[in-house]
Amino acid sequence: MEQLLGFAVPGVPYGCAYAVFAVGLVLTYQTTGVFNVGYGAQAYVSAFVFAWLVEDHAWPVWAAFVCAVVIVGPGLGLALDRFLFRRIPSSNTTAKIVTGLSLLVGIPALLPVVFGNQNLVGAPSIVFNPDTVYFHLGADVPVNGIYLSAVLLTVVMLVVLVLLLRTTRLGLEMRAAVESPRLLELEGVNARRVTATAWAVCGLMAGLAGVLLAPTEVTVQAQDYVTLMVAAIAAAAIAALRSMPVAAVVAVLIGVVSLTAQGYLPTSSFWYSAALPAFPFLVLVGALLFVPGLRHLDEAKDPLSSVDPPPPPPAARARRREVDRLVRTGFFVLLFAFVASMLTWMPPTWETVMNQGMAYSVVFLSVTLLTGTAGQLSLAQATLAGIAAFTAGQLAHHLGLDFLLGGALGAVAASLVAGLLAIASLRLRGLGLALMTLAAALLFDVAIFPAQAVSGGTGGITLKPGWLPLNLFAPNGHAYFLVVLLVLVLCTGGVALVQRGTVGRFLTAMRGSELGAAGVGVNLPWQRVLAFTLSGALAGMGGALLAIQQTVIAPGEFNYQLSLAFVVIVVTTGVGTVEGAIQAGIGLVVVQQLMQYAPQRLQGLTFVLFALGALAYAAHPEGIVELEKRRWTERAERVLTRRRRAPATPAVTGRP
Amino acid sequence: MLAVRGLTKQFGATLAVAGVDLDVAAGESVGLVGPNGAGKTTLFNCVFGQVRPDAGTVELDGHDIGRLPTWRRARLGIGRTYQRLEVFPELAVRDHLVVALRVHHRGARLWRDLLGLGAPTREELAEVDSVLDAVGLSDRADVPVAALGLGACRLVELARAVVTKPRLLLADEPSSGLDEHETGELARLLRSLQLARGMGMLLVEHDLAMVEAVVDRVVVMDLGRVVASGSFHEVMGARAVRRAYLGAP
Ligand SMILES: Nc1ncnc2c1ncn2[C@@H]1O[C@H](COP(=O)(O)OP(=O)(O)O)[C@@H](O)[C@H]1O
Ligand SMILES: [Mg+2]
Repeated sequence: MEQLLGFAVPGVPYGCAYAVFAVGLVLTYQTTGVFNVGYGAQAYVSAFVFAWLVEDHAWPVWAAFVCAVVIVGPGLGLALDRFLFRRIPSSNTTAKIVTGLSLLVGIPALLPVVFGNQNLVGAPSIVFNPDTVYFHLGADVPVNGIYLSAVLLTVVMLVVLVLLLRTTRLGLEMRAAVESPRLLELEGVNARRVTATAWAVCGLMAGLAGVLLAPTEVTVQAQDYVTLMVAAIAAAAIAALRSMPVAAVVAVLIGVVSLTAQGYLPTSSFWYSAALPAFPFLVLVGALLFVPGLRHLDEAKDPLSSVDPPPPPPAARARRREVDRLVRTGFFVLLFAFVASMLTWMPPTWETVMNQGMAYSVVFLSVTLLTGTAGQLSLAQATLAGIAAFTAGQLAHHLGLDFLLGGALGAVAASLVAGLLAIASLRLRGLGLALMTLAAALLFDVAIFPAQAVSGGTGGITLKPGWLPLNLFAPNGHAYFLVVLLVLVLCTGGVALVQRGTVGRFLTAMRGSELGAAGVGVNLPWQRVLAFTLSGALAGMGGALLAIQQTVIAPGEFNYQLSLAFVVIVVTTGVGTVEGAIQAGIGLVVVQQLMQYAPQRLQGLTFVLFALGALAYAAHPEGIVELEKRRWTERAERVLTRRRRAPATPAVTGRP
Repeated sequence: MLAVRGLTKQFGATLAVAGVDLDVAAGESVGLVGPNGAGKTTLFNCVFGQVRPDAGTVELDGHDIGRLPTWRRARLGIGRTYQRLEVFPELAVRDHLVVALRVHHRGARLWRDLLGLGAPTREELAEVDSVLDAVGLSDRADVPVAALGLGACRLVELARAVVTKPRLLLADEPSSGLDEHETGELARLLRSLQLARGMGMLLVEHDLAMVEAVVDRVVVMDLGRVVASGSFHEVMGARAVRRAYLGAP
């Protein structure tokens, strides 16, 4: 008993940290209708500002607290509403998730760059002193300030929020504003202001959570925030995003059970090394599969929305024929110039960069097909790429199989895994599906990729020259370039053909309206599995190519963060077209390479740039590169029209 | 052709559909009217498999279709339009009908797409264009639906539903959001399509003039139950109907 307590009690502060965020997720969902995974980032901002003011600027603790929690927290919440979430139509799940994710990825990476590196561990504690042992539980289980702060914060926050939502007029209005802003307006209430208030309240809570948890060492590092958020998401999911007390209890249990198990399991066992870290993710998978409410998370509920016309067109598709011809000719000239340069004068550094960009482009085509065409958001594309890379590596290692052939088999393996993932999550859509793929990616990260049999342990697999027929490794051997070029051209052509063909029409229909598509007889489950399978194959091929390029396939290489970054990058540049994927791939590596020349401090910024770019997705779902391209073609069209003095014919008739 | 027996669906405390029996004969046009919240849309959803009823059976031509997924029911010859639009915003008008036709086409295969053989055939295009002509959308065939107004979107849904020559059309408030003139046009169009194609039709509609113009028989629902049925004039005179609509005793 004593031993059990000794193992379980240290789990409490972790559990409470999960609980604070789980409650925050439920709160945001209930009051704003957004499942805001960026909540963790909001908390991080306040914690960061707080520590920065106290440590670097010697502000008194109370003043820093007021600034970080009372001003920055709600201010950030209001800003998120005003500039991001308000602009996203409530039915656009992808945009909402991508926006939240880019906050989660971008903000923690951005702050240290802006404010200089910051060690939050030394952040002062507000209520209890972390190091003081206040009393003992049982005979010798010490309870220090960290435990007390965590428990106090959780309980107080829970009580306040439950009272706020259940008993106050504001709470009622906030929930009503989610259900039907129009009904609320009919009551004479300004729904926008109510939603803004809700965001401010959520921001305040996030700030409070960040500042109070910072000294507990549970949540300080930026990269911890995602794991923390996943545990919180699992707890919130079990509560079906409805009940804050249930979410809190489940969260605490996740923390306590993890640490208790950690105490009892032998450290060398599989359970300790693989199953234990995967525990919160397994809870999330279980919740997604078995909690009924989660299947219909983002269905619009507003009874008055039936009279809405569909949203205005993102972009007129039709281009004038001359412009089209010009663009196409220009493309081939560019392609030819590019291939010629790569084979002749391109310096090896840049040849390597371009090769890598093309390999990324192949992976990104998987996002184009799955998200851009089929409208399914997967946060496991890097995992799929990794599956192919490790398969090829193991086949080469054990059977001496040629790495290119192994890569092809690896792509088949990746497409099978993707297909199975799709089958497992057939009942889920939108948000649920995104979370399921995220959980799968995390499972692979902590439990499968690090295994000796998969990656050969922490060192990873190093490619041996004997595994490849050609001298592909030599930086200026060009063979690798030709292989990547061939694969990229075939994949690009394939995806473009699929988009234009019957399957592409079915997938576009499914993306537009699942009810409508099923209603004309489209076999949605099959289309979904097909889209996942194809996209798994594309990601796998790209993964194998990336592995050749990097020569070492390390277990941490193909992690969930990369998957998030992939989606964010492709969505930023343009997810609708195959060109978008290529621009994203090349853009990513070129920016990365240029960053090498930038000051040390700015080098972490590559992903931030794309993450912030993704925030533009809310306003321009076609992607910023596509947007610019459209603007330029429109300009070109105007010039052409003026020259020919022909009457301008609008491509699309606007709504009357 | 369509036979619904004892259909029941409860949402929490609301009994949306309470033991409804309903028949539609082949080629017959039936109006389903009733106040808001009477359960008409829910009935449609149950018949089409978009909501799982708590009890009751749905048969099409004597076959129990109550356990089939929506897409299988659609392939058996049921078409539907929606009260809340369910169009595919980024597809062109013509592609909506192509999607519906291609579902029944054996050429809808991935490898055909990859060989560039995924384009609709000439017969399919002719079929599509004749329907577009009938509903008056030919001039906007290549416009993405997102650029159209509500009225045109309702026509797109209708065209998409009828292009596959369904045996039964479920039309849910096709006139809602349209003005009086558009509604009149739509009524004429619906009736002529229904007669020309010999479809059975179940029409939910608030505009009683349109119901009168389009249907052979009317069924009235209130609070999830069928409260009257018969010819338009019989039904409109019935006390139960007046009570449902006007609150008259
Ligand atoms: N998905 C749902 N969840 C909960 N209640 C619903 C749902 N769909 C319909 N209802 C309720 O069922 C009743 C019937 O609704 P509906 O079938 O839409 O009526 P009608 O189409 O006749 O106006 C209403 O009270 C409505 O609020
Ligand atoms: Mg209805």
